Amino acid sequence: MNPRFRRYFFLISCAAFLGLFVWALHDLPPFGNYRGPYGDILNHVAVYERHVTDVVTAVNFDYRGFDTLGEESILFMSVIGTALLLRPQKKETEAPDEEEKKLQHAMDESERRRAPAASDAVRVLTLALTGPLIVFGWYVITHGQLTPGGGFQGGVILATPPLLVYIAGELETFKRITRQEFVEAVEAAGIFGFVLIGSLGLFARGAFMQNVLPLGETGSILSGGTIPLLNIATGLAVSGGFVQLIYVFLEQTLEVKLRVRKAK
Amino acid sequence: MPLANAISAHFPALPLALPLGTAAILAALNKFMPRRLADALAILATLINFSIDVFLLHAVRSAPFVYWFGGWTPRSGVAIGICFVIDPISCALAMLVSVLVLAAFVFSLRYFDSVGTLFHVLMLGFLGAMSGFCFSGDLFNLFVFFELMSAAAFALCGYKNEEPTAQQGALNFAITNTIGAFLILCGIAMLYARTGALNMAQIGRALGQQSDALVITAFVFILVGFYIKAAIFPFHFWLADAHAVAPTPVCMLFSGVMVELGIYAVARIYWAVVAGPFAGHHSALMSLLLVVGTITSVLGAIMSFGQRHVKRMLAFSTISHTGLLLIGFALLDPQALAGVALYVAGHGLVKSSLFIGAGILLHRYGTVDELELRGRARRHRFAGFVFFIGAMGLAGVPPNLTFLGEHSISHAATLLHQDWIHVVFPFSGAVTSAAIFRVFGRVYLGLGSKAAITPGKHIPEDRETAGPHRNIPAVMIFPAFLLVIAALALTLTPQLQHAALTAARTMANTYAYQARVLDAKYIPNDAAPETNSPLRPTLISSVSAMTAGLFFAGWALSPAWPSRHRAIAPARACMRALHSLHSGHVGDYVAFLTFGAAAFGIILGLLIHRFGM
Amino acid sequence: MTLFPYLVAAWLFCIGLYGVVTSRNFIHLVMCLAVVQSSTYVLLLSIGYRTGGLPPVFAGVPVGAPAVDPVVQALMLTDVVVEATVVALLLSLAVQVHKGTGTLNPDHLRELKG
Repeated sequence: MNPRFRRYFFLISCAAFLGLFVWALHDLPPFGNYRGPYGDILNHVAVYERHVTDVVTAVNFDYRGFDTLGEESILFMSVIGTALLLRPQKKETEAPDEEEKKLQHAMDESERRRAPAASDAVRVLTLALTGPLIVFGWYVITHGQLTPGGGFQGGVILATPPLLVYIAGELETFKRITRQEFVEAVEAAGIFGFVLIGSLGLFARGAFMQNVLPLGETGSILSGGTIPLLNIATGLAVSGGFVQLIYVFLEQTLEVKLRVRKAK
Repeated sequence: MPLANAISAHFPALPLALPLGTAAILAALNKFMPRRLADALAILATLINFSIDVFLLHAVRSAPFVYWFGGWTPRSGVAIGICFVIDPISCALAMLVSVLVLAAFVFSLRYFDSVGTLFHVLMLGFLGAMSGFCFSGDLFNLFVFFELMSAAAFALCGYKNEEPTAQQGALNFAITNTIGAFLILCGIAMLYARTGALNMAQIGRALGQQSDALVITAFVFILVGFYIKAAIFPFHFWLADAHAVAPTPVCMLFSGVMVELGIYAVARIYWAVVAGPFAGHHSALMSLLLVVGTITSVLGAIMSFGQRHVKRMLAFSTISHTGLLLIGFALLDPQALAGVALYVAGHGLVKSSLFIGAGILLHRYGTVDELELRGRARRHRFAGFVFFIGAMGLAGVPPNLTFLGEHSISHAATLLHQDWIHVVFPFSGAVTSAAIFRVFGRVYLGLGSKAAITPGKHIPEDRETAGPHRNIPAVMIFPAFLLVIAALALTLTPQLQHAALTAARTMANTYAYQARVLDAKYIPNDAAPETNSPLRPTLISSVSAMTAGLFFAGWALSPAWPSRHRAIAPARACMRALHSLHSGHVGDYVAFLTFGAAAFGIILGLLIHRFGM
Repeated sequence: MTLFPYLVAAWLFCIGLYGVVTSRNFIHLVMCLAVVQSSTYVLLLSIGYRTGGLPPVFAGVPVGAPAVDPVVQALMLTDVVVEATVVALLLSLAVQVHKGTGTLNPDHLRELKG
C-alpha cells in the first residue's frame, strides 16, 4: 500500500474502532465508583492475614504472587533476549588490520557527535548521588510491605547508580561494576530465589507460593512471612536486569571507543 | 488414591517452575557451561516436564481438579487467588508443547554448529510459558503467560542477528503481537470493571446473561488479541515474515503449537466466561467466526501454493489449517471441539516434522528456495519419505490424527446444518498438500521445469550452520520421523475419539467448570448419547483431497502448467495483488489489524443488537 | 464528566496506533507502542478509582476506611517495569535493523514482500 492510501484506510478503521471502544465505555461504572468485590475484600483482610500494611505488596507477592513470578520471568526473558540480540556479531569481534580504518572512522564520527566531556558539576553531583541512591533503593525494596514500595520500584532505583557512573565519565569503573558474569548471576539469583521461595510451600506440604514463614508483627520490617524475601529476590532480579540492559545498549557504542583507544 | 493425592498436591506448579528454574541456572552459569552440558540439561528438563504432564493427564482421567496457588482457596464463592485448572484438554496440550520442544532441542543438537546457552534459556522459558498458558484459570494470569510466551518468541525469532531480514521479520511479529496483548489487557480491564473479578469462572458467574455493549466489546478485544497470535485473517500477515526468518527449531514451535494456543485461549475463555452472555446469540458468533475461518483457510491455502520459499509456504499452510481450527471452534459444539483438539495434535506433529524437513534442506544445501533446490536432494530418500508422509497428514488422509479431527468437525457440522464446511476442509487440504507435494517432487525427485512458477523474489537466507555437510545426521532426521509416526500411531489409541469427546464435554460444561473452581463441587458431564457417525464421507473427502493435491502438484511440475497463458491472466493479477498485500511493511499490518478489530466488533454488535441473532 | 478518563484511554490507544501505522522510523514506532501501552494503564487505574478513597496502605489508618482498589495498582505496577524491558527488546531489534541495513524507515525495507 502506498503511504497515503494506508493513512486513509487506517483513519477510517480507527474511527470505527474508536466508536466501538466509546460505545463500550458508556457501560462502564462511572469514574470514581469502584464497586467490585475483589479489591474491597483484600483491603479488609490483607492486614490481618498477612500482617502487612501495604495491601498492594500483599496482592503482588502473596495473593497474586504467581502472577508476579510470571512477570519477573518476562523481565528475565526480555533481558536475556536483548543480550542475545545485541550479542557481538562475528564481524564485530574480529578486527583485522583492514578494519582499523573503519574503526577509526567510526570513532571519529562518534567523537564529532559526542556530547562534551562531563563537567565538574555533573561529576560531583552524579558521584555524590550514587551512595544515597543505593541506600534509598534498598530502603524501598525492604520496606515494601509497610509503605508503597517493593521489589520492582526499588529494583529500578538500584539500577540507576551504574548509569550515573557512566554519565560522570568513569568508563573503567562502569565496566568494572557491570561485569557481565556478576550482573547475570545477580539477575538469575533473583529469579531462582523467587522460584525457590515459592517451592518452600511445596516442601511444607502446602501449595506453591504459599506463605509459610512466621508472619511477624504488623508494622515491623520483618513482617509478612515470605513477602520481604520475595521483595529482595525481585529487587535483585529487576536491578540486575536493568543494569544488564543498560550495559548491553551502551556496549554497542563503548566497544568501538575502547578498542580504538587500546589500539592507540 | 495416595499417589493421585500427592500428584495433585505438588505437581501442577512444576510445568512452569521447573523450566524456569533450569533456565535461571543456565543463565547464571552461562559463561562456564559447555554446550553439550547445556543441551543435556535442557533436554532433561523437557523430559521431566513431559512426564509430569503425563502424570497429570493420568490423574485427571476421571475428574479434573483445581490447584490454588498460595493456598488461597475461594471464600464463599469469591476467588481471591490464582488457580490452575487441570483438565484433560489442558494436559494434552501441555504434553504436545513438551514433545515439540523436546524435538526442537534434539534437532538443534546438530543443527546449530555453535549456539550459546542463551538459546536454551529462551527455549526453556518459552516451554514454561506455554505450559502455564494451557493450565491457567485466571484471565490476568493467562495474559501474563501470553506476554512471557511472546517475549521469548520475539527474541528467538530474531536469533539470527547478523541477518537484517531476520530483525525485520521479528519486528513485524513483535509489533503486531504486542498490540494484540494490549487489546487483551483492555478487554480484561473492561470485564474486571463490570464484575470485579479476574478469575475466569467467577467472571462467568458474575456476568450471568448480560450481553450489552461492554461484554461484547470486551470479548471482541480479547478475541482479536488472541487471534492475532493465532494468525487469523486479517491479522495473519506477521506469521509468514516471522517463519521466513526464524531458525528452524523455533519455527517448529511457532507453527506446531504457539499459534494453536491462540485458538485454545479463545475457546477456553468462551466456555468458561462468556458462554452465558452469548447463550442466546450463538448464530451471531457462529456466523462471524465461520466466515472469518473460511476466508483464512482459503487465503492461506492459495498463498501457500504461490510461494517459492519453503518455510513461507509452510507458514501460509499453517494459516490455512488454523483457519480450519477456527471453523471447528466456531461451531460452538463439544463434538467439534473434540475434533479441534485432535486436529491440533495431528497438525502440530506433522507441521513440525515438515519444518524439520525444511531445516534439513537448509542445513545441507544452504537454501530453502524451491527452485534452487530442484533435484538436489535425490539421494536423501528417507528424508523425502518423511516429507511425503507429512504432506499426506496435511491433506487429512487416514490413518492420521488430522483425519480423526476432520471427521469429528464434519460430523458436528452436519448435525448443525452447516454443510458447506464439507467443502472447505478438502479444498484447504488439497491445496496445502499440493504445495508440499510439489516441493517433494521438485526437490526430492528432480521433476519440474526450470521456469519459475511465480515471479517471486528470491529471499537470501544464510545458513544456520557453517560448511557443507554430506549426510543428514540421524539426530536430525529421527525427530521428524518420530513426530510423523506419532501422528499416525496415536490414531490406534483405543477409544481415542471417545476420550476426546469426553474431554471436550468437560471443557464445554460451563456450569460444572464454575462449580468446580468456585465451590469445589464436582458435577459430572451429562450422559448425552454419542451419535455414531459413519467414517465414509470423511474418508471420501480426505482421499479426494489428497488425490487432488497430487494432481495439482503433478500439473504444476509438468510443462503443461499454464504459467504464461493469456487465459489465466486474471488469476495471475489476483495473485500479484495478494502478494503485494503481504507487503512486509508493519504499518500495513497494523492498519489491517485495526480494520479487523473494528469490523469484528461492529459486525458482532450489529448482529446481536440490530438483527437479534 | 464521569467518562472522561476512559475516553482519554481510548484516545491514547488510537493515537498510539496512528503513530505506529504512519511512522517512518522504527524507534519512533516503538515509542508509539509505549503510548498504546500507557493507555491500558490509564484504563486500568481509572477503573479502580474510588472518589474520596485513600491509598490502600493502612499504616496508621484504620482498616475499614474507604480505599481505592489495590488489585489494579498491583497489576499495573509490575506491568510498567516489565513492559519497559519488552520495549528494550523491541529497540534492540530496531538497532540491529539499522546496523544491518543503515536505515530505520519501514518504507525502505521491503525484503519481506510476498
